[in-house]
Amino acid sequence: MDLELMINSFPKLLSAAVITLKLLSVSLIIGLLIGLFFAILRLNKNIFINRFAYGYSYVFRGTPLLVQIFIIYFGLGQIEYLRSTVLWVILKEPYWCAIIAFALNTGAYTSEILRSAFQTIKPGIIEAGKSLGISNKVIFYKIQIPIAIRQSLPAYGNEIILMMKGTSLASTVTIMDLTGVAKYIISTTFKPIEVFIVAGGIYLFMTFIIHNVIKFLEKKYSFN
Amino acid sequence: MELLAFGDTGWGDELFYATLMTIAVSITAMIIGFLFALIFTPLKLSKNKFLNFIANSYTTVIRGVPELLVIYLFFFGGTGAVMFVASIFGYNEYIEINAFITGAFAIGIISGAYSTEVFRGAIQSIDKGQFEAANVLGFNKFGKFFKIILPQTLRLAIPNLSNVWQITLKDTSLISVTGLVEIMRQSYIAAGSTRDPLFFYSFAAALYLLLTFVSMKLINRLEVKYSRGY
Repeated sequence: MDLELMINSFPKLLSAAVITLKLLSVSLIIGLLIGLFFAILRLNKNIFINRFAYGYSYVFRGTPLLVQIFIIYFGLGQIEYLRSTVLWVILKEPYWCAIIAFALNTGAYTSEILRSAFQTIKPGIIEAGKSLGISNKVIFYKIQIPIAIRQSLPAYGNEIILMMKGTSLASTVTIMDLTGVAKYIISTTFKPIEVFIVAGGIYLFMTFIIHNVIKFLEKKYSFN
Repeated sequence: MELLAFGDTGWGDELFYATLMTIAVSITAMIIGFLFALIFTPLKLSKNKFLNFIANSYTTVIRGVPELLVIYLFFFGGTGAVMFVASIFGYNEYIEINAFITGAFAIGIISGAYSTEVFRGAIQSIDKGQFEAANVLGFNKFGKFFKIILPQTLRLAIPNLSNVWQITLKDTSLISVTGLVEIMRQSYIAAGSTRDPLFFYSFAAALYLLLTFVSMKLINRLEVKYSRGY
């Protein structure tokens, strides 16, 4: 055990963890919007819209996140036309490519979580709203969405933790996040166990915090 | 299409063998995962606090730390660990471990943590009466486990194990960082030498989709088989 290395690498890894958290929070916010959008499409009765939303979530859940990042980072740059548009300002940055991939990926999972939450709402609750003369729009925003959020909290908490682990793939496209810095230190010092303990400890700490925040929210919004 | 030709001119045969490699690594990792689950599930269910603690730390650490970090630990640490053991026996030459073994082992440990949780959940959700009934009928410990508990556990565990299989299959793409030539690594090589990353990575995505699709169909059959009588 090289304690000195562990102490020395801790501040470096901690500042890299900030980048991990940035990647995570930005992609979660965008992913939540994408997920909500596609969950609503999934509930649509039009078969084409429905199939389209299902296809999106099937493709993104059925392929590894690494492939998705590589297609967006290495693949899209190949299209000449894209290079001449404004989009190129975003797509040439590995940071934004990673966020796009993460957001699309988490969006697919989130849409499934929200869809099943919407579908488990008892019809009686919506009927009760209708019989009280509440308009469909208000029923959707004031009754269905709050219940769906409560229903989907445990599953979404898992998704946040999975996504936090997923952000480690940003290191494959040159971003120095927590895993990227850990790999750099390992490959220069050849002390994998020490670095793993420190970096893994930081990841576990973040998992622990997320887990408890979700638990707190679950309690706060529970029906009883 | 000529990019996918078999033989020296295209990448078809290379990608075909890479796909077989992905399947081989996934199955090996899944089996290693089952072995880990076989050890850790009883520890999780045990009444001994210390054994509980060991099993819980295993599943918590593995499920809370990114897969890539675990793979780097094995990739950089595996050789060192083996050489350290070898040096005790007086062997001081450089030993290189096969990328397949390192990768399958790293993914297997991850998959094992998920399998352990699945088996724990399945065994715990079996009605207590089943255990008692088996005792009353005079089954011994092995008979009780293999004839009564295991068949019911499998029925409950298969849907969740199919999720673990999907996760394992997709995680094998991460082994490409260690240089093992599976789908992702082969696509990386092909994309580099033809300068056509969009095509090859999209093709890799299609291969993974095919693998998940086919394995889902096979698992569904298994599910039907094990839920006979329900």
